[in-house]
Amino acid sequence: MKAGVVTVLALLLGGILAPVVVAVASADPGTSLHTLVQTRLEASGVEHPVTAVLLNFRAYDTLLEIGVLVVAGITGMSLSRAGARAEPELRSTNTLLHALARWFVPLMLLLAAWLLWAGSHRPGGAFQAGAVLAAAGVMMRLTGLPTAWIAPGPMLRLGLSAGFSVFLLVAAVGALTGRAFLAYPPLLSGPLILVIETLLTLSIGMILLGLYVAAAQRDGADE
Amino acid sequence: MSPGLLYALAGMLLFVMGLAGFALLRHLLRRLMAFNLVGSGTFLVLVGLAQRPDGEPDPVAQALVLTGIVVAIAATALALVLMRRWFDLTGRTRLDGEADE
Repeated sequence: MKAGVVTVLALLLGGILAPVVVAVASADPGTSLHTLVQTRLEASGVEHPVTAVLLNFRAYDTLLEIGVLVVAGITGMSLSRAGARAEPELRSTNTLLHALARWFVPLMLLLAAWLLWAGSHRPGGAFQAGAVLAAAGVMMRLTGLPTAWIAPGPMLRLGLSAGFSVFLLVAAVGALTGRAFLAYPPLLSGPLILVIETLLTLSIGMILLGLYVAAAQRDGADE
Repeated sequence: MSPGLLYALAGMLLFVMGLAGFALLRHLLRRLMAFNLVGSGTFLVLVGLAQRPDGEPDPVAQALVLTGIVVAIAATALALVLMRRWFDLTGRTRLDGEADE
């Protein structure tokens, strides 16, 4: 009964939304954001339009996003009572996996660094690099490589908050020195974006890994 | 029909499916997956509509979706942590009073 009603309602919603999507797709937006970005790309400090939008034109979104991530990370980690203790039963003892992980982790770190650098002129950037970093951390954890740096402590706090705090600092300095909030000095925007992106990568990787560690913990297993 | 529009319509379909699933399912993990389906559908609509006939997609929409994906991942991970904790504390996989299947 309930399933039927929900299905009918969903189909109805789909029937309403489909023509809307078609109408939006065929509508002429007049001024195109796409051309606007292209004409201002020179001033952004990077060559790739998506990175320019993320770290310069719409840096507000990215700042708030990393803020949300920090809050989510801190909440998740404070919920897991046991702290970041390695769980032996989750580990694999496969020797081949161990040998492979020792090769893969450095390669993944290299890939993350490349993705970060690539973001300035082609698809890539802080989020992709951060995701690869987190994946490398998950692999280290599952294969039993030492992951002491994810244990609660000053290093973890610094890593979690570095991206957000430096981003906020750059934004505030822009406001205090007479430019707008989040406006970079024109000549320094390229290097500043690189610094912010590097720290964002580190923070995103740590937050995702920290949430993974927190979710995998068994509550009954704490000492 | 352009490929972009096809993506947008597929995204709309995912959105509606996810919404129905969210209303119908009671198991927390299933609800989370349904919720993610809603989010992914929305992203697909945005990315699909951002495709332009001249081949260059709109970077603003792509950046918005990228931001959305990262937030969605963090929110999903946090939801998993909360569910895990809820399960550890109560032994239940759903929020309402009904017994687990």
